[in-house]
Amino acid sequence: MANITNDAAKPERLQLLRVLGPAHVWALGVGIVLVGEYMGWNFAVGKGGMIAGLVACWVAGLLYTCVAMIDSEVTSTVAAAGGQYAQAKHIVGPLMAFNVGLFLVMAYTMLEAANAITVGFLLDTVAGMTGHSGLHQQPFIVLAIMFLAWLNYRGVLATLTFNLVIVAVAFTAICVLFFAIQFGASNVPLDFSAVTEEPLPYGWLGIVASLHFGLWYYLGIEGTCQAAEEVRSPARSLPYGTMAGIMTLLIAATLTWYMCSGLIPWEYLGQAGTPLFDAARVTGNVWLMVLLFIGTIFATLASANGCINDASRAWFSMGRDRYLPSWFGAVHPVYRTPYRSIVFLVPIALIFALGAPLDQVVTFSILSGLLGYTFMTFNMVMFRRKWPLDTIKRGYVHPFHPLPTIILLILCSSAFFAVFLGYGTQLIAMMCFYIIASLWFHFRRYQYVRRGDQFTMPWPRPQGY
Amino acid sequence: MDIWNFLEYGAWALSVIFGAFLLIDLIRVDTTYDNDLLTSSREGEIEATQERHTI
Repeated sequence: MANITNDAAKPERLQLLRVLGPAHVWALGVGIVLVGEYMGWNFAVGKGGMIAGLVACWVAGLLYTCVAMIDSEVTSTVAAAGGQYAQAKHIVGPLMAFNVGLFLVMAYTMLEAANAITVGFLLDTVAGMTGHSGLHQQPFIVLAIMFLAWLNYRGVLATLTFNLVIVAVAFTAICVLFFAIQFGASNVPLDFSAVTEEPLPYGWLGIVASLHFGLWYYLGIEGTCQAAEEVRSPARSLPYGTMAGIMTLLIAATLTWYMCSGLIPWEYLGQAGTPLFDAARVTGNVWLMVLLFIGTIFATLASANGCINDASRAWFSMGRDRYLPSWFGAVHPVYRTPYRSIVFLVPIALIFALGAPLDQVVTFSILSGLLGYTFMTFNMVMFRRKWPLDTIKRGYVHPFHPLPTIILLILCSSAFFAVFLGYGTQLIAMMCFYIIASLWFHFRRYQYVRRGDQFTMPWPRPQGY
Repeated sequence: MDIWNFLEYGAWALSVIFGAFLLIDLIRVDTTYDNDLLTSSREGEIEATQERHTI
């Protein structure tokens, strides 16, 4: 039994392995998100036209830059598995932490299910192109989830090294498409005439409505902090990986909008299932088509892979603190992964992937993510108030506080309004779910929590206490 | 039967293999090791020993 912590002063303990570096953190964050460049973001164009699509791209980019900065500061200090859940536990309180943990697990598990559905859809498309109609998507959906769960079960280093490779390929594919178009590999020239002829077909309300789908470009970058307990140097690696990740995504998002809007008429782009792959098809270049198809599959797998990693860490952390049954807080003695949490979340992902429509699954994921971002705003304010800069060491200090927090809160409010315009019923249903879960936690579950043990950071007493 | 039909059966077979590995290994570990050891991970352990917060 290798690597079990054991010295004379302490009892034998199993811990998660510290084997990751900044590149793995980058691969985790970008891996979860990059699929949003390959599909989904383009519904923003359908809601409000090309200009609205670009505004949504950059406004959402601003929102997520704030998220990345805030997250980098807090998580470089609260370096524990569970990410925002652990932050909420230390900075706000148990009920907030329980809710944030649920936001994380729901957001990532739903996104994993959506990715598995997409794998099935993509293979069905390819089968159709080769003359085979009526492909059964279920075996490929199940295989994607089972394979990635197995990979996660076997160890975090292999899991995120695999992510690093396939994310690098997927990002390179976007760059190659951009340069190929610039150097004349496309049969169709870029055409931006719709920007002047139909700048805002649905007016300013179209911009607000498009914001919902602009989140797709970056949704999940905050997942980097789930690796906090498995990176060799969290105070250095987490800010590096996260900030490099958001920069990568800003570049990828802008390139994607530019290429797709220039090659595909906005009326079609707004409804396309795989816009980057479709843009490659428009170029008429077979090599670009193959490359972008590989990029689409890799981005989808990388996202599902990162989601399994993050959802299981959040679930594991809640189990470890007795917010959920302690059975989930187990670490595998050989692979050093939260193996029970990984296995437990497999059937849940399968149920959503096989039984729920894609848009509903994604909407629930986005709503859970938005609730998490809203939490980050007052979490950041409380963190700076309780532990000012000169009281504890931070791996990264984000600039212009509280401006990013205020911007994030305003943009979250706008995004909630945008979601309410299109998916009001789901928003209300989601809020009801979290209220009922909170009541269960407060009146039933909290009695089992080891209240003293859960606060583990060696920090001084917070100011005002 | 074309290649896509074979791929469908192959995907089912691989799914069963991966699923069986997960379940069998989980049961094996749970019956081999003491549950107190498996759930012995503590959040603060790493932080306290390696990332001391000193200004």
